Amino acid sequence: MMDIPYTTEPRPDTGLYNAKLGIWLFLASEVMLFGALFSSYVLLRTGAPTWPHGSEFLNIPLATLNTVVLIASSVTMVLAWSALKLNDFGKYRRYMGLTFLAGVGFLIIKAIEYSTKFQHHLYPETNTFLAIYFTLTGLHGLHVIGGMVINGYFWGPGAKMWKTQPERFTNRIEVAGLYWHFVDLVWIFLFPTLYLM
Amino acid sequence: MSASDVESIKKQTRTYIGVFVALLVLTLVTVGVSYLHISSVFLALALGLLIACVKGGLVASVFMHLNHERKIIYWVLALTVLFFIVLMIIPVASHLDQRAIQ
Amino acid sequence: MALVDERHAHGHADAHHEELGFWQKYVFSQDHKVIGIQYGFTSLVFLLFGFSLMMMMRWSIAYPNQPMPLVGGLFKATGGIIVPEFYNQLGAMHGTIMVFLGIVPLAVGAFGNYLVPLQIGAPDMAFPKLNMASYWSYFVGGVIMLASFFAPGGAAQSGWTSYPPLSNIAPPGQTMWLFGMLALIISSLLGSANFIVTIVQLRAPGLTWMRLPFFVWAQFVTSFLLLLAFPALQAAAILQMMDRLAKTSFFLPSGLVVSGKVLEVAGGGSPLLWQHLFWFLAHPEVYVLILPAFGIVAEVIANNTRKPLWGYRSMVYATVFLGFMSFIVWAHHMFMTGMGTTMSTFFQTTTMIISIPSVIILTALIISLWGGSIRFTTPMLFALAFLPMFGIGGLTGLPLGLAASDIHLHDTYYVIGHFHYVVAPGTIFAMFAGIYYWFPKLTGRSTSKLLGHLHFWPSFLFMNGVFMPMFIQGMAGVSRRLYDGGAAYSHAQGVLHWNTFMSVSAWCLGLSQIPFVINLFWSIWKGKKVGSNPWEATTLEWSATTSPPLAHGNFAVIPTVVRGPYDYSLPGSGREFVPQDQALPQEA
Repeated sequence: MMDIPYTTEPRPDTGLYNAKLGIWLFLASEVMLFGALFSSYVLLRTGAPTWPHGSEFLNIPLATLNTVVLIASSVTMVLAWSALKLNDFGKYRRYMGLTFLAGVGFLIIKAIEYSTKFQHHLYPETNTFLAIYFTLTGLHGLHVIGGMVINGYFWGPGAKMWKTQPERFTNRIEVAGLYWHFVDLVWIFLFPTLYLM
Repeated sequence: MSASDVESIKKQTRTYIGVFVALLVLTLVTVGVSYLHISSVFLALALGLLIACVKGGLVASVFMHLNHERKIIYWVLALTVLFFIVLMIIPVASHLDQRAIQ
Repeated sequence: MALVDERHAHGHADAHHEELGFWQKYVFSQDHKVIGIQYGFTSLVFLLFGFSLMMMMRWSIAYPNQPMPLVGGLFKATGGIIVPEFYNQLGAMHGTIMVFLGIVPLAVGAFGNYLVPLQIGAPDMAFPKLNMASYWSYFVGGVIMLASFFAPGGAAQSGWTSYPPLSNIAPPGQTMWLFGMLALIISSLLGSANFIVTIVQLRAPGLTWMRLPFFVWAQFVTSFLLLLAFPALQAAAILQMMDRLAKTSFFLPSGLVVSGKVLEVAGGGSPLLWQHLFWFLAHPEVYVLILPAFGIVAEVIANNTRKPLWGYRSMVYATVFLGFMSFIVWAHHMFMTGMGTTMSTFFQTTTMIISIPSVIILTALIISLWGGSIRFTTPMLFALAFLPMFGIGGLTGLPLGLAASDIHLHDTYYVIGHFHYVVAPGTIFAMFAGIYYWFPKLTGRSTSKLLGHLHFWPSFLFMNGVFMPMFIQGMAGVSRRLYDGGAAYSHAQGVLHWNTFMSVSAWCLGLSQIPFVINLFWSIWKGKKVGSNPWEATTLEWSATTSPPLAHGNFAVIPTVVRGPYDYSLPGSGREFVPQDQALPQEA
């Protein structure tokens, strides 16, 4: 293993360990990615002669449920990290498991939404509103899947590190948590923009 | 792990639950507001975004621990938010400016 | 006083470093030096390939519709003639390959990766696994781009800028371009986060921000540009993929007619949306192309004048300001899109402002020569030539940044002349300077001075031969992207004769690179062996590392920095140069 300093203990003058700064930089780039797509939404909507209200095409109650599911998963995620700070590995496992399950729930609801649309012959190519809806939620969905892969790894095989380097493992969960909260954050803006306006 | 550490983390946990409840409430509020069908598009948009910003702010500051983060992180985020705003405003401003001269 | 790296003292984890197999050591390496060399070789091959594409283009421009000699036999379907569709592929891929597969990977991936940890006294980059992933992502992107030539209809052919609606309806090679770009952007994002964390967190003790070599500052700002600007192009690429694969109309306006028929799409899209997103990246991208070059030139000049850089602090502030401004000038590439006067005023103003930091940096570099004890080493030749060449490139940018003059010059050869001056005898000369300068660090050998001169002088001559007449053609109104170099236009007739002149210069420029290639390979095997600091330089990569070729971990002992980066001819020291980590007896 590399002898890179500050992977676990923070550097005194910056107060950060490396991965904490790394993940925030990555999240900054993600803000710009979703920002560019939101900007596209604004431009397309401004230039359009008419624009449907979200309720015309989308299932608001289902998406509201999904919003609640994702927010709940954010809570369980941060509680998983808290549990590790309290040295309670069992609790961590339970909360991380819940986080993963909530992710599954989110994707199932999303799948129901998408398939209902396809059944009604509503595709990305149908109109600009649906195009940006599918693209934004699709990319968000991919990010959810990515997060679940990471969380699943840390619930399963990755959890071995708790026994050998508990502090480093706790930091990894904090970093994974930051990513997961960000995915929630994007949805918090996506939901009203697409569904409620 | 000292008793005060455990105590402070338990306090944090209470905050997390509190924020969770707040987020649920705000979600219901934002859906409720949308059913009001406010006539002014601008007002509806502003209200929706405002609520989203409050929710986002809670997630960022509490769940993501931004309320006691380091200066460097704040600087990186401030820079990002600035360019985000530029990217949001300029293309549509260009479009509107274009239409203005026709 | 240097700190002993405690981990080395305790022999921690050293044992299994020796056990790395061939694949882990040379192919899937996590060592920043190996990765830097991988980036270096790959990018040089791509640069050569992109250059070859240009040499073919210049045949078409000078001798349109005539069969190509030498390589014409490879294109039996057209009898060796470059047809317009193929010319367009050459043009689009030349730009894409040179910028995204050539220069940025060389400037940032190769030079940055290899040198930044060394110059800051770190054992490696902050995230070695991510570093490796970043290289292989680049490699995959490069393979996809090359493979696109074999797609039905050929490679991307809508300019490196891929403007819709044309790119939307282009053959499948365009979709491969989009996938290639996705891989390259991922590579870039991983790399830039790595650089920033490394520079912030892994600086050696005593290495404060204002003691950093200017090269490191340049890489630091560059990384922020890549981190925050590339996602916009990523978004655009996703949207265009949706358009091409899922039949959406993000960029397709309603009622678009193609080959006499109205396209059966939903419509309602905006071609300008692509332009905004593309240029939001592509403008900071040009500063990504130049900042590492400034960094290299600064190092070479300080070392070969035997005096500190003049105006180091101004250069640093100018670089940071430049980075910031680069995010708010992009629509100066869009003056001709029917923009209103408010927006064009805004962008002209920011564009004029951004020229100021570039001038500050160039001026500081020039003034740094004053009173110097100049050594005309091979790297110094290229670094010196960079200065006026970048000057020409920069000055010719000014009429493009002003909307009124841009009306006449946009999309003409003037633009091509402008940006090639900054990138070719600008950045690429800086890259050459860097290769000659750091070659002894990588290999423990020096390069041949004779071959260095045989590379430099003709290159310098022919660079100007290729690009200077472009301003003349551009001002006469010759458009870019014409496979016949303007032959079909009456207004171009008076300046057409320059085409042959430029093409011959281009081919001679190609030949002039032969001494360089020979020099590289010959010197690796037969170059004169040198010690670890043959240039008598002050920065940590020369003064504190183990003897070349460098070992894993870089430093026997992590250095402690006690002075600035350019203490050459320090008054009162009695020395010609004092390395950054060396305390003098009188300072104790």
